[in-house]
Amino acid sequence: MNKNHIISTLVKHESGVLQRVSGLFTRRGFNIESITVGESEIDGLARMTIISHGDEKSLEQMLKQLNKLIDVIKVRDLNVETTIKRELCLIKMSTPTEKVRSEIIQYTQIFGGKILDATSEDFIIEITGDSDKINSFLDLMRPLNIKKLSRTGPTAMSKSTRC
Amino acid sequence: MKGGQALIKSLINLGADTVFGYPGGQVIPLYDMIYDSDLNHILVRHEQCAAHAADGFARASGKVGVCIATSGPGATNLVTGLSTSYMDSTPVIAITGQVPGHLIGNDAFQESDIIGITMPITKHNIQINNQNMIPAYINSAFEIASTGRPGPVLIDIPKNIQEAELDEYNDGKINLEGYKPTKKGHKMQIKRAYETILKSEKIVILAGGGIILANATNELNKLAKLISAPVATTLMGKGIIDESDESSLGMIGMHGRRASNNLVNECDCLIAIGCRFSDRTTGKLDEFIPDAKVIHIDIDPAEIGKNVNVDIPIVGDAKIVLESLIKLLESKKINKSNLPWVNYYKTKNKKGRPQISFEDDELLKPQQVLKELSEVINKDTIITTDVGQNQMWMAYAFKSSKPRTFISSGGAGTMGFGFPAAMGAKVALPESDVVSVCGDGGFLMSCQDLATVKEEDIPFITCILNNNYLGMVAQWQRLFYNERMSHTYLGTTPDFVKLGEAFGINSERIEKVGETKEALKKALKTGEHTLLEIVIDPNELLPMVPPGEGINNIVGEKSEDGD
Ligand SMILES: Cc1ncc(C[n+]2csc(CCOP(=O)(O)OP(=O)(O)O)c2C)c(N)n1
Ligand SMILES: [Mg+2]
Repeated sequence: MNKNHIISTLVKHESGVLQRVSGLFTRRGFNIESITVGESEIDGLARMTIISHGDEKSLEQMLKQLNKLIDVIKVRDLNVETTIKRELCLIKMSTPTEKVRSEIIQYTQIFGGKILDATSEDFIIEITGDSDKINSFLDLMRPLNIKKLSRTGPTAMSKSTRC
Repeated sequence: MKGGQALIKSLINLGADTVFGYPGGQVIPLYDMIYDSDLNHILVRHEQCAAHAADGFARASGKVGVCIATSGPGATNLVTGLSTSYMDSTPVIAITGQVPGHLIGNDAFQESDIIGITMPITKHNIQINNQNMIPAYINSAFEIASTGRPGPVLIDIPKNIQEAELDEYNDGKINLEGYKPTKKGHKMQIKRAYETILKSEKIVILAGGGIILANATNELNKLAKLISAPVATTLMGKGIIDESDESSLGMIGMHGRRASNNLVNECDCLIAIGCRFSDRTTGKLDEFIPDAKVIHIDIDPAEIGKNVNVDIPIVGDAKIVLESLIKLLESKKINKSNLPWVNYYKTKNKKGRPQISFEDDELLKPQQVLKELSEVINKDTIITTDVGQNQMWMAYAFKSSKPRTFISSGGAGTMGFGFPAAMGAKVALPESDVVSVCGDGGFLMSCQDLATVKEEDIPFITCILNNNYLGMVAQWQRLFYNERMSHTYLGTTPDFVKLGEAFGINSERIEKVGETKEALKKALKTGEHTLLEIVIDPNELLPMVPPGEGINNIVGEKSEDGD
């Protein structure tokens, strides 16, 4: 059965590592929904979070093949239930009328977002949350004409004390 | 000390005193340093041959093979060789020159992103941008290439780094915390394997190239005897067991023997070791080993469960795992030699021996050629094959008896591999006789290196099985494409004898039964490089399993007893 998987890896923070990982996924026909990379708690190592869709067998291959990369130090398949996922989303909305402006402000407040920049023509909004929350917000914004949208893709952390 | 000198020193320290290479703009500094070093550098005539020779060197000796090329086209010419090594897990180090650091990314003359290009076909690759790190990187590259599941590692060294002065030559290694191959095998799983073996009554061992890489042939043979099990091999596993032994089933798969394919499918327990269940081995997966409990021992966890569902996975080094398993089995007095299975497989195996004598035919049969070859060589003779019918005839009907004496491009199926691989094998083991068996098509893909063989005096025997066809493709066209022979007829060019002679190589054309044997005898006696153009019957078809079918459905086998 196909499911979403959250794969969290510790990798060497060096050039080319992202290419090794994404190349591996492409070559073996694994799906990538998103991939995020950034500093980790350990100097010289980065944490890479990959969201992928696939069955158990392909998940097993993903984990094993990732583990074979020399620059990949650790690989974890995080339990979707006990993992906190967050993603950041920036949206530029046009604000042609006062009515639209106030509607956007209201929704942004409800979703705990921020308006980072406002001009006479548009707003730049920041929303963080899990992907579902961001999707719901975007559903509300879409009829109001989204000018630009940029999502980071989720990063994740397990609540378990062990990993 | 300069970067290039540090590289040479590291290679020599690691015992890699022989390299195959070809110079060019971005390795001129390195070559200048090689000029007064103790490195034994063999100048090939095409970088692809440097990679294949390094590979053949590694397969024959078990040591790491090294090749060197310049940046850009030199480096890209290594690609086919690296992918060949990658598919067959051979330890090879490729060193490439790169444009100086300040030019990288500017599309400088002969710049290519060889790191990006070779990522998917190397076990690892590294660009060195600090001359002080050269020894550590080379040490680590050797460790990565030769341990765990071996494979090629490419090291890219910009020209300025080759020339830069080191502060100090610091041996050492880079931090490889992400690289920890499992060697020992899980105790519980080994115990489970042991229990399953005790219970099973129709066991077959499937032995793959991993056993040769782990130097575990003795252990494998011991296990087979202990549990009275027959041994089938993959292409890469040839040589693990003496194929004249009554419990050797020979190769299985698309061009396997019928007895071997059938017996594997009849087993109730398959012990697969150091193999990866490739499609050429298993045929249609749904029909493969329908009733077997599968024990799979491999050092690469990703191979376990990839293609075939496994009941007992054991990740570890074949030698170490087999030692533990044998110890357990020896603790209990087991005797499986009286099981009906043993008699059954021996009878079945004996009956289906491939026919190899074809003395009366007008046109020489490839089987007859390999029979004559078998009669003159000894157990230590190293045979390399190319790819195609020549390879499969050898794999199917030639009997190997020692590990590292049958060298062939398996996973990649690289035409042009056999001849330069033989060159590498001969350089690695100058005392051994080496015979390269090629097709007329494949030999032409690397024949320029006859010059290397001549100039560097690397004497071995090249047998070109000339059928004037891209025989293997032609076979598929004959069997599955209504005999529409699209672009597989090669004509009668070149005259291989003249070609050999142009390079100063003793060359002879053979057309009749008995001549191969005589020519080989003579060549072995002279000890000089000899090229034999052996004209064979282009219509002889290999037994095969039609693509997409189960391996039981092998067609076209001619056996010695006319079965
Ligand atoms: C580099 C490369 N190109 C193409 C192929 C596809 N191929 C496999 S076997 C074969 C025919 C080989 O012909 P030849 O070398 O004459 O050997 P024969 O089969 O006739 O013994 C070809 C073209 C290949 N394996 N490798
Ligand atoms: Mg041919």
